[in-house]
Amino acid sequence: MSTTADYSAFLRQSNKGRPTLDLAIEGIVSADAIATIEHSLRLTPGLVSARLNFTTRRLSTEWTTPDCDPTPAIETLERLGYRVAPFNADRTESDEDRRTKWLLRCLAVSGFAAINVMLLSISVWAGNVTDITPETRDLFHWLSALIALPAAGFSGQPFFYSAANALRERRMNMDVPISIGISLALGMSVYETAHHAEHAYFDSALMLIFFLLSGRVLDHAMRKRTRAAAANLAALRVPVATRLNVDGTYSELPSDALLEGDLILVKPGERFAADGLIMEGSSHIDQSLVTGETARIKCVEGDRVFAGTLNGETLLQVRVSAAGEATLLADIEQLIDNAVLAKSRYVQFADRIAQIYAPVVHIGAAITAMGWMALGLSIHDSLIIAIAVLIITCPCALALAAPTVQVVVAGALFRRGILMKSGDVIERMAAVDTIVFDKTGTLTLPEPGLVDHGHLSDEALRWAGQLAQASHHPLARAVRDYAVHRFGAIGVLPGVEEVTGEGVRVQHNGTMITLGSPAFCNLPVPLWRDQESIIGFRKDDEAGYISIGQVIRPDAVQTITALKQDGYRLIILSGDQKSPVEALADELGVVEWIAAAKPAEKLAYLDSLKSQGRTVLMVGDGLNDAPSLAAASVSLSPATGAHVTQAAADAVFTGARLAAVRDTLLLCKRGQRIMRDNFLLALVYNLIAVPLAIGGLVTPLIAAAAMSGSSILVTLNALRARTVRGTSL
Amino acid sequence: MTILLYLVPAALGLGLMALVAFMWSLKSGQYDDLDGAAYRILNDDDVKDR
Repeated sequence: MSTTADYSAFLRQSNKGRPTLDLAIEGIVSADAIATIEHSLRLTPGLVSARLNFTTRRLSTEWTTPDCDPTPAIETLERLGYRVAPFNADRTESDEDRRTKWLLRCLAVSGFAAINVMLLSISVWAGNVTDITPETRDLFHWLSALIALPAAGFSGQPFFYSAANALRERRMNMDVPISIGISLALGMSVYETAHHAEHAYFDSALMLIFFLLSGRVLDHAMRKRTRAAAANLAALRVPVATRLNVDGTYSELPSDALLEGDLILVKPGERFAADGLIMEGSSHIDQSLVTGETARIKCVEGDRVFAGTLNGETLLQVRVSAAGEATLLADIEQLIDNAVLAKSRYVQFADRIAQIYAPVVHIGAAITAMGWMALGLSIHDSLIIAIAVLIITCPCALALAAPTVQVVVAGALFRRGILMKSGDVIERMAAVDTIVFDKTGTLTLPEPGLVDHGHLSDEALRWAGQLAQASHHPLARAVRDYAVHRFGAIGVLPGVEEVTGEGVRVQHNGTMITLGSPAFCNLPVPLWRDQESIIGFRKDDEAGYISIGQVIRPDAVQTITALKQDGYRLIILSGDQKSPVEALADELGVVEWIAAAKPAEKLAYLDSLKSQGRTVLMVGDGLNDAPSLAAASVSLSPATGAHVTQAAADAVFTGARLAAVRDTLLLCKRGQRIMRDNFLLALVYNLIAVPLAIGGLVTPLIAAAAMSGSSILVTLNALRARTVRGTSL
Repeated sequence: MTILLYLVPAALGLGLMALVAFMWSLKSGQYDDLDGAAYRILNDDDVKDR
């Protein structure tokens, strides 16, 4: 049996004749990766070129012949510590990519046309006040028409199609007034030109298209960037699984078709096709996808495994517990998608405005035209004013104000390992003034860790780590994780024997090495320490105690200090006994703490905070404080794989960093402020520009410039939400 | 005003050249990775070992 999955099936024949393979690469943190990855692949046989797209974290490779084996390249990348998944070529050139290119092409054409028509227009304006002959003016107007009509027809397509679709479904959207405005301006201009008039409005129509498209391209690019992350996750899904049938035969079937209870085989180096429990075999599994922890974790019979994570060195039999859309991987993807699409109150507000706005604009423009006609202005001049009203009121700035910020913030949070579960998280986080922390699993790491190793030498700890690798006991895990963290890869000792309830031991070069209960290691029973478990280690004469307990998150002190400086009121609310809570509060410098609180008391306390007018963020792991998470104004949970979706919290963060709490608050606060700014900008613009347009003081050209200017301003403003000084990335 | 017969086509021609150049750059994928390009300049893999 081959030791890795067969990737050659993923090679695609490209148009240029060379087969290509696209890989989604996870684990890229800095730009060094470009050089590292491309350099290390240079000598791979059969590989013609490899180029990393740093924006989407995807690697495109080209190969000499279709029967090349890309496996060595993938192994090289995995040795470098990256997670690699073939990226289906059909999906690479996705609808979204095509749409981006289409928008850019339209933008280029409208830009080219706008510049050239403007060149001609300025000559006419200058000539009108000096010495232009009517013949030359007509020539310039016809030339403008020659450029503008086809250019507007091509580059206006995004608006025309969208407006036509909306009308066909008997809806209104923003593109309807835009399309009408463009068509009217162009139609009027042709009529004017044919009648040798002094003014034509080709330039206005093109400017409008150009600036509106700029806004669309920006908005589209932001969405694409955020969604690319979700799409890379999707690439980790395994399309085909090997099922072990009841009669002992194998069958290959699509992973989506797996049922709960099926038994599947997972080869070494393969990704799991479904969530499940290991039934036979034990292996080191890279679960970084769900835990964020990059060290491989030894999993044995009965352990949970997740779809998309990477099997280590042995063949495993796994009993499927969830497949297809029910897997954790699918849930995470869904969360990211939701975060992008989620609708905050502002977004809902903008949607409602858009629905009533279009009819209002049309009626307003019609009334303006009729009003001016009633006042005795010619039909022609009244229509021009109406066109200006139509263009200037396209409420694009209003429509873009909130959604763009939402997308940018969701993307920024995701890059820091934080997933929003509902759309209004941004505004609720922004209002927070009090943070209540649970202790266990929140301020401390969810898994117990090595707290103290007395006087044991590094050499002894390395031995202890190697011994611990053989055991599945949580205390042994803590020792092993510490050793791996401290010494890097530690080897595996052959012949380790586990004595149930006592410890592990091995005979090595004639000496017995033991790790386990103090008695098991011939050590006197030590003083009992609160909240800590103590185990012993012995090799020859060297012996000592290792105490295992809750380990505070590495950046907890720093984060708490920063949060205090930000002006938040911090409270620790824990169900644990008084002394450990007090010790932790002292260490972190938190003044307010409550220990030994039962779930009902926690709820009562949160209610009392609320009645004091406090807006509370509850940070807890949701295992025993789900009700308090729900009771707080907004909640955040540290997520270890299994609980990403079960958590009752509004947002979850992965990894060991507590700084994620502060990042969330900072980013949401800034996002909220920018959303508010954007609305204000859009409203002020409309309040000033609309009366001017109705009053006939704005030409269509100025209207186009002002309207598009406001949209672009709002979009660019939204981009500022991406980075906040003080966050950890 | 016969000068216009040269100048207007010249202006349009220059604009068209820019448009064609942009379309080519779009088609050849130069806008696919806007972040990476900034870092690639620091990458001196292409320099022969001295």
